[in-house]
Amino acid sequence: MAMITPPPEGPPAGVAQADADGAGVLTASEATKLGLAPAQKPRGLLARGWDVFAENKLALVSLGVVIFIVLFCFVGPLIYHTNQINTNLSDYLCTPSASHLLGCDELGYDELGRLMVGGQVSLEVGLAAALVSVFVGTLYGAISGFIGGTVDAFLMRIVDAGLSIPYIMVIIILSVVFHPNVFVMIFVIASFYWLGVARLVRGETLTLRTREYVQAVKVIGGKRIRAVVRHVVPNAIGTIIVQATFAVADSILTLAGLGFLALGVQPPSTDWGSMLSGGLTFLQGGNYWWLIYPPGIAIIVTCIAFNFIGDALRDAFETRLQRR
Amino acid sequence: MIGFLIRRILQALLVTFFVTVFTLSLVHLFPGGPVRAMLGPRATPAAVAYFNKQYGFNAPFYVQYAKWIWQLLHGNLGYSIKLNQTVASELSTHLPNTLVLVTLGTIVSLLFGIPLGVYQAVRRYTAGDYVLTGISFLGYATPTFFFALLLIDWFCVDVHFFPVEPSGNTFGALLSEPRALVLPVIAYAFLLYALWSRYMRSSVMDNLVQDYVRTARAKGASERRVLWVHIFRNSLISIVTLLGLELPLLVAGAIFIEVVFNWPGMGYAFYQAAENVDYATLLGFTLVATVATILGNLLADVGYAVLDPRVRYS
Repeated sequence: MAMITPPPEGPPAGVAQADADGAGVLTASEATKLGLAPAQKPRGLLARGWDVFAENKLALVSLGVVIFIVLFCFVGPLIYHTNQINTNLSDYLCTPSASHLLGCDELGYDELGRLMVGGQVSLEVGLAAALVSVFVGTLYGAISGFIGGTVDAFLMRIVDAGLSIPYIMVIIILSVVFHPNVFVMIFVIASFYWLGVARLVRGETLTLRTREYVQAVKVIGGKRIRAVVRHVVPNAIGTIIVQATFAVADSILTLAGLGFLALGVQPPSTDWGSMLSGGLTFLQGGNYWWLIYPPGIAIIVTCIAFNFIGDALRDAFETRLQRR
Repeated sequence: MIGFLIRRILQALLVTFFVTVFTLSLVHLFPGGPVRAMLGPRATPAAVAYFNKQYGFNAPFYVQYAKWIWQLLHGNLGYSIKLNQTVASELSTHLPNTLVLVTLGTIVSLLFGIPLGVYQAVRRYTAGDYVLTGISFLGYATPTFFFALLLIDWFCVDVHFFPVEPSGNTFGALLSEPRALVLPVIAYAFLLYALWSRYMRSSVMDNLVQDYVRTARAKGASERRVLWVHIFRNSLISIVTLLGLELPLLVAGAIFIEVVFNWPGMGYAFYQAAENVDYATLLGFTLVATVATILGNLLADVGYAVLDPRVRYS
């Protein structure tokens, strides 16, 4: 998609009419129509990124899927009322019917309603863990890279140390230590994910800090923190957003894995992973497909959507470097 | 080169120091301290105090740390009171089993991931590329335990083709029952396949536009030679590095696969230790896996420097 629409071949009808009106002088909007003036003020990085992103049909579909899933989980319970607090054993494993569209689980919870409630937890943990880890990682990496020297070397060895510990082992230990709830899960997952972000942003900062406009901040007497927050971080925003997107998918998967190990959020709260592993215990007992495939597919579709979005974003921000 | 090696090894030692401090402090996170975790909530304060003194948990952190490192340097990984055996002996029974799974799974995933990644790069944006991309994304997005359990349902329950779990739990028994190896290895390989194939695809695509490829073509090298001699070798270098860096992922995958298939390896033992709050085992296993990762990173870095002459040692 072009940034500025090419000027039309002949004078458009509107101009002829403007002349006929006897105005003679082009107004700003007419100049814009003719392509004589810039269509709008110079466009920012995000706006240009969006143009490339919007060209990718798969990414747009994925964005639609994510929006649908968010609405399903957070608005759905307002329309489809179910009791997700009290168990109801008379509905034990009931098959899908008009009153329970996706049947019930072994505690009599309505499965469709549970999918919404569990999805809320999965999405909340995924998004919050991604936000926290990207925020911490960005600041840490940008500051480390900007200061450089011994401080940078020291700070980066801490990151190396964190990255060499198999994260799943520590996550397992932490979820044994703390009573798992949504906030603990966010903390536990984010406490590892920020490391990778920090390393990437630090690398980006190393190239950015030698640029003239960052040096200029120093020359005109700006504080170093201003250079980091106002100039380095905004220019690394492409890398940061891409990482955040992948972090959401990874966090949802990690939470699902912990749910399988029974170390995830505890009943009556649930998440897609806990639902899936609960349903999988009925894999061999008969045809209880509604306990297995809905949560399984929800996890897979959400993660694929976020991965597609992340891929498209990477293209968007890299194309900017190459072509624009 | 020597300077680079020394600096890199010093870095690894510093990282090891941080890691050991962190790992030991994990023990103190247990509610009520490690002894309370060991003796249970109904232990008397006197008993807790006695055990604290006996195991040295009442000493300052740096004293505990020094003692622990001293023991580690003598090959003493700790003693699991829950299992009444040393962590080292636990490790010696479980580690070979995990290595069978990890090695076979990694080899199988590389055997599929590398050639298919090259194929995707050469035939990019064709139907074949899109199908394989879809499979890779499915591999990224499917929870490992879900895929493993589906495999069991399809091939062990619906069709009695493979055993659900290995019948023996020793290294020899595992190797003598190859049918029990198939499903765990497939499940493990699927997890890693996506990683290698995606990486190989983008690496080959990056290399295809490099100057040396144009030079090779200009010299009259056949397309096949350009691909398999020039590009393939350069892309393979980065895979070697990736292999060293992704060790934490290999460990994570092994834990889930081992739990699903009751595979008598380190991951399964680690999971049981977590359930039993057996801190000695948790600590020892985490440390071993971490040091292996640090060594893997070191080897990957050095290997990369040796294999790729463009890497400068400054």
